[in-house]
Amino acid sequence: MGVPQRPLSPHLGIYRWQLTMALSILHRLTGVFLSIGAVALVIVLASIASGPDEFVMVQEWISHPLGQLVLIAWVFSLFLHMANGVRHLFWDAGWGFEKSTANATGIWVVLFAIAATIVVWMMAWGGIL
Amino acid sequence: MAQFTLPANSVVKPGKSFAAPASAKNIKVFKVYRYEPDSGENPRVDSYEVDMDTCGPMVLDALIKIKNEIDPTLTFRRSCREGICGSCSMNIDGLNTLACIKAIADIKGDVKVYPLPHMEVVKDLVPDLTNFYAQYASIKPWMQTDTPPPPDRERLQSKEDREKLEGLEECILCACCSTSCPSYWWNSDRYLGPAALLAAYRWIADSRDEATGERLDELEDPFKLYRCHTIMNCTQACPKNLNPAKAIAEIKKLIVKRRN
Repeated sequence: MGVPQRPLSPHLGIYRWQLTMALSILHRLTGVFLSIGAVALVIVLASIASGPDEFVMVQEWISHPLGQLVLIAWVFSLFLHMANGVRHLFWDAGWGFEKSTANATGIWVVLFAIAATIVVWMMAWGGIL
Repeated sequence: MAQFTLPANSVVKPGKSFAAPASAKNIKVFKVYRYEPDSGENPRVDSYEVDMDTCGPMVLDALIKIKNEIDPTLTFRRSCREGICGSCSMNIDGLNTLACIKAIADIKGDVKVYPLPHMEVVKDLVPDLTNFYAQYASIKPWMQTDTPPPPDRERLQSKEDREKLEGLEECILCACCSTSCPSYWWNSDRYLGPAALLAAYRWIADSRDEATGERLDELEDPFKLYRCHTIMNCTQACPKNLNPAKAIAEIKKLIVKRRN
């Protein structure tokens, strides 16, 4: 009818990031990353079953700085997803919805994931694991 | 599938600048989203220098001053100017809130003012709320009963039962929560959004309402209710400090509970 189509107002590009919002999308991204990691785990197991040459090859990938970086990211994703998953369980039970509580538990989730990742890798590089 | 970028006709272009008079000493810059439907042009962001020594404390005061003294074409909704009516909801400094109760002093740097996010824009800061209101109407926001009321008086409610409606019945339908929700951005055609769901829970929680079962039946739907992923933007945004995320969780709990 000659009326131009109305524009859509800006959304993602202008909205100020909130901790709760960032953790929500990170929960998804880490979930996807962990699923890919599960396939990687199968590759490692398959290499053990395939014989010494394949095992050494996969070990070399993992020992490479880049491989180590991916593994660190995987461990961090595991702890973040796990801790935030527990946070979601409390929410499902109706607990922790106050603004201050949701922000505080969000900070705790991040701190736990960082600390747990550091502990695991200190153990791994220290030869305890 | 969610579209994360703006369509071609919605991309925001740079706009005009309006300088403050030379006598102004205390200047704050307001960057305001503008869209003129008759121009056929894309939206733009205009920049207004406002003399804070002659301006009221709230963002709405500045918008009214701009409209009165600098640029009468600026369009926005406002009415009560005290956080009661919910008309002046918009995105200020990246967060959805009411312009009338958002203090300019709380904002560092330039004040960025946009319409409520991911909505069709009628003009400037005025979004089309037709769908939002239709969703509110769809949850039947009135008391439904089967039993006749007592012949000699109203339907009474104990103080304890009335207390259950605290934090639910104060909603002013400003749409700050729904339009802050990424899930609502991508699925507003099928997801009811936090405002309508809070309103739904307000009637579910009302001891006098007798349609709880039907209300829960209506909501038990993968999209209407379960697109809520506890992102919590709604609760963070609500200018009345209500908690739509909690109300949605209570609805989910009731649906699980009645299965047993």
